[in-house]
Amino acid sequence: MTRYAAPGQDGAVVTFAPRYDHWIGGEYVKPARGQYFENPSPVTGQTFCEIARGTAEDVELALDAAHGAADAWGRTSVAERANILNKIADRMEANLELLAVAETWENGKPVRETLAADIPLAIDHFRYFAGAIRAQEGSLGELDDDTVAYHFHEPLGVVAQIIPWNFPILMAVWKLAPALAAGNAVVLKPAEQTPASIHVWMGLIADLLPPGVLNIVNGFGVEAGKPLASSPRVAKVAFTGETTTGRLIMQYASENIIPVTLELGGKSPNIFFDDVSSANDAFFDKALEGFAMFALNQGEVCTCPSRGLIQQGHYADFMDAATERVRAIKQGHPLDTDTMIGAQASNDQLEKILSYLDIGRQEGAKVRIGGERAELDGELAGGYYVQPTIFEGDNAMRIFQEEIFGPVVSVTSFADFDDAIKIANDSIYGLGAGVWTRDSNTAYRAGRAIQAGRVWTNCYHAYPAHAAFGGYKQSGIGRENHKMMLDHYQQTKNLLVSYSPNKLGFF
Amino acid sequence: MQRVDVTPAAAELLRSLRGTHGPLMFHQSGGCCDGSSPMCYLEGEFRTGSSDVLLSSLRIEGVDEPVSFWMSRSQFALWSHTHLTVDVVPGRGSGFSLEAPEGVRFLIRSRLLTPEELASLPPAE
Repeated sequence: MTRYAAPGQDGAVVTFAPRYDHWIGGEYVKPARGQYFENPSPVTGQTFCEIARGTAEDVELALDAAHGAADAWGRTSVAERANILNKIADRMEANLELLAVAETWENGKPVRETLAADIPLAIDHFRYFAGAIRAQEGSLGELDDDTVAYHFHEPLGVVAQIIPWNFPILMAVWKLAPALAAGNAVVLKPAEQTPASIHVWMGLIADLLPPGVLNIVNGFGVEAGKPLASSPRVAKVAFTGETTTGRLIMQYASENIIPVTLELGGKSPNIFFDDVSSANDAFFDKALEGFAMFALNQGEVCTCPSRGLIQQGHYADFMDAATERVRAIKQGHPLDTDTMIGAQASNDQLEKILSYLDIGRQEGAKVRIGGERAELDGELAGGYYVQPTIFEGDNAMRIFQEEIFGPVVSVTSFADFDDAIKIANDSIYGLGAGVWTRDSNTAYRAGRAIQAGRVWTNCYHAYPAHAAFGGYKQSGIGRENHKMMLDHYQQTKNLLVSYSPNKLGFF
Repeated sequence: MQRVDVTPAAAELLRSLRGTHGPLMFHQSGGCCDGSSPMCYLEGEFRTGSSDVLLSSLRIEGVDEPVSFWMSRSQFALWSHTHLTVDVVPGRGSGFSLEAPEGVRFLIRSRLLTPEELASLPPAE
């Protein structure tokens, strides 16, 4: 076990500045109204830095900088942009521990996840889009002997990106890497719950990007996010969050006639067919880990496998084994490399999860394990910790239909294939799903029948850069990851060219 | 009997927000991150439509006009058996809800409606 020193202590691999302003035009700029807010670590509940409280004036300044930089950036060669993205990745790789500890301290997630997942995935994302943009080509259509239709990719210009708090650096990179690769300038607003770690990242890579290509405005949604999302000066808004804000952003976008991409969450079913338990082997062990994945990132993942659907034939035995796997989840200091589950990201998130533990019990769901706030000792006493929780109940209950965004799985049984698909699709969301079976025909048919943007098949919570991610139904619009993401940040320019010297003859 | 009530702390916050910003509304969110939070906006800021239902027009002492409380119709189909109470807790907000800069968040607490209460409630508009 390694315990990283907390930022600010002796031996810490990362030190936060006492205060972060806005990053605009390649330098730090104080907020126009001079206001700041406190940023607590969910690990301890204690404030560790102050953050600029941005307003419309700051957003306008950032948009000025972005518009000033967008034309030149959009005309750089793809080789040049790809090289910059690769250099960003290299710089991050050389500072992996620093970024991982910063992310853990700000978000509360265990450092083993930031070391092995969040930051390596973010690094790979830059490399993937560095490669994708170089390999991208337009097209031409030879319409007849004299006429050719050329299709060029052009950047949108200046885009707005609003980042969630569950993966502060990785979710920013999911949006930044394709946008920058495609030649756009960006104004990015981090979540007010996790506004600092992106500045640690920015500090590492600031010399690699031309001033104004990437601008970061901090602040609250209503004060900074709204003027950004409703600005007639942005060509696109990308948002990850919840449905009401997603609709509001679409309303603003409709006023400006600009596109949006929205990722708004889910209530992902994780389906375990009887044959999973037909042998006590490596695959069975893998399936149990797949069940316990609801606790990854404290359940604060849009694709949290928060509905466990277990076939009746092996329900009792599978759930006994699955409960023991969940009992073995080690909760503790997020900076210990042995810790598997850390702190929820904020106090209001903790309160929301507790409110769902309450309504789950009221609706008659049975608590199989957990079900309470976790009270930890010492410096963690002020942090926001929840026990990994398994409910057993019915898919009509609210804990089966709403995204709790905590380490809570709601389990029910199903009779056969059709029953599994019916329950899985009985949701207003359709972001992720998991299917576990040793029968490839069952796996294929289930994957195609489930109304969700991604169906993990005999795996879960893998996020490679070249697999498309996004939602069906109310889970959102558009996709992230994969080279298709470039389309969301590009215009199509068609040059329709006649090489004939002769007139048509109409006039 | 209403589908939605507010705690005294939430009512106090609503009076304060009304004084600062103007007439208010709620739209109950769902989904990722800050989903499940009641989002508080200036009345009319969020455009409701036929896909929404009006659960309550909240009467808050000291606030002249009612505060409307909306939810999407598809979400209401899943929530209609529960009574909702708007509370407020310390928090760091998100979304574009008006209270976030105050260092607090509106939070929904729920309880099951009794069969008698369900029978007595008018259908949501």
